[in-house]
Amino acid sequence: MASHSPYHDKGRLQSLQPALIFRGRVLSAIRKWFGDAGFMEVETPVRLPTPALELHIDAEPAGSSFLRTSPELHMKRLLAAGYDKIFQMGPCFRKGERGNLHHPEYTMLEWYRTHADYMNILADTESLVAQVGQNTCPGRIPPPPWPRFTVEELYLKHAGWNPVEAYDAERFEHDLVTKIEPALPRDTPSFVMDYPTPAAALSRRKPGHDKVAERFELYINGVEIANAFSELTDAAEQRARFEQWAQERKAMGAAVYPLDEMFLAALELGMPPSGGIAVGVDRLVMVLMGATSLDAVMAFREGV
Amino acid sequence: MPILCGLFLNKGTERRDCFMADYTASDFRKGLRVELDNIPYVISEFNFVKPGKGAAIYTCRLKSLIDGNTYVRNFRSNDVLKKPDLEERTMRYSHVETDHYIFMDENYEQFTLTVDVLGNNRFFLFEDCEVRVLYHNGRPVDITLPTFVEKEVLDTEPGARGNTATNVLKPAKINGGFEIPVPLFVSQGDIIKIDTRTGEYADRVLKK
Repeated sequence: MASHSPYHDKGRLQSLQPALIFRGRVLSAIRKWFGDAGFMEVETPVRLPTPALELHIDAEPAGSSFLRTSPELHMKRLLAAGYDKIFQMGPCFRKGERGNLHHPEYTMLEWYRTHADYMNILADTESLVAQVGQNTCPGRIPPPPWPRFTVEELYLKHAGWNPVEAYDAERFEHDLVTKIEPALPRDTPSFVMDYPTPAAALSRRKPGHDKVAERFELYINGVEIANAFSELTDAAEQRARFEQWAQERKAMGAAVYPLDEMFLAALELGMPPSGGIAVGVDRLVMVLMGATSLDAVMAFREGV
Repeated sequence: MPILCGLFLNKGTERRDCFMADYTASDFRKGLRVELDNIPYVISEFNFVKPGKGAAIYTCRLKSLIDGNTYVRNFRSNDVLKKPDLEERTMRYSHVETDHYIFMDENYEQFTLTVDVLGNNRFFLFEDCEVRVLYHNGRPVDITLPTFVEKEVLDTEPGARGNTATNVLKPAKINGGFEIPVPLFVSQGDIIKIDTRTGEYADRVLKK
């Protein structure tokens, strides 16, 4: 009997067994935390008539539909319909994203709370990640609270300029990768907070600060693990941002998707102030395991 | 006579990348050959990063196919690199005529390579040695030898008998005129195996 096949890498799957067992334990620990915290698990469509429009996210077409890049807009429609604490964990797809920390199909965890903002979500995040760490790899994640740095202080300290005062997208992203992320602590998770409004994405402006938006990212071991917002609930501003991204995408030759009118209609009818977050589950498993590539925690990878 | 240890799988003339086109950043991958400022490079390391909600950054370590120097450079999605006009020919070493090294292809056509293309590889050549010569825009830029070649040690300090350590080295002059560090147990007249990628001692294959 043949021991090796170019089509089925049995050896790799066998050697991944400890990692996949660990991954399963992380998924269970996540669900346990949400159960204990009184969240309801929801499932929303994976195949969408139009994907969430974002400046730098490309959706994978599926027939005349698209595979979701995130469950965000459908989950917000649930919030607008009165659901108050919801979470979802499932596959999302992003075209052309492939690297040590990216895979075109990956597992996303999102949760939302109504009548809450990003600081409530930050407290959830600390509690969830600390507990999952405690249950799966005791000792690896120090107990919260974890350091919080504003974008402004990080850039002033490590890049020598202030993107909040004068935003430059190209420079912002370049310095983020080359100067900011490498300077983040390695011995503890940390939060990068309060992004310049041009980098607000779907977050609301910080009340009383017109140049900063209520957005944070969780980093563990220098790796971006999660992105959270005080959600933008203003329908007019949301529509304006979508239209602006559509224009910019068109200008850079990227696919332009129709606006999600069902989501915008939900905002127009009213969505309570909410906080929400998206966590890259594969990356979380990776850092909890002490690995540096998603290859270590995904059974099946494109091209592997 | 030295013995040829590594044999190439690809025989004869091989034409790669034979039509001109461009690569955009999303085509980049490890091993891809690209051209930048008229210099052909191979992407020796590749990473895709996409910070926060930002645009993708394609981080490449580029290794020059001409001098082997590497450097790291970031590209954005819309960046375009030329596909280099590269051709690889297999030929055999014939002889040297004052700094001009003469090679012959399978049709017995003669080619001349100079020291600046050969670099230290010239010390590892031997008669009938099969090499691959890389041409960029029709100009020879690099040569690949068999991974291992065997050379006689012409001169070295007497071997320290019984000293089997491989981490203590002494200089040895090898047939072909090059001097490389070898372990203490190697003696004059020994045949040693040399890694042509690094120019380092690899093994002793015949003890005098």
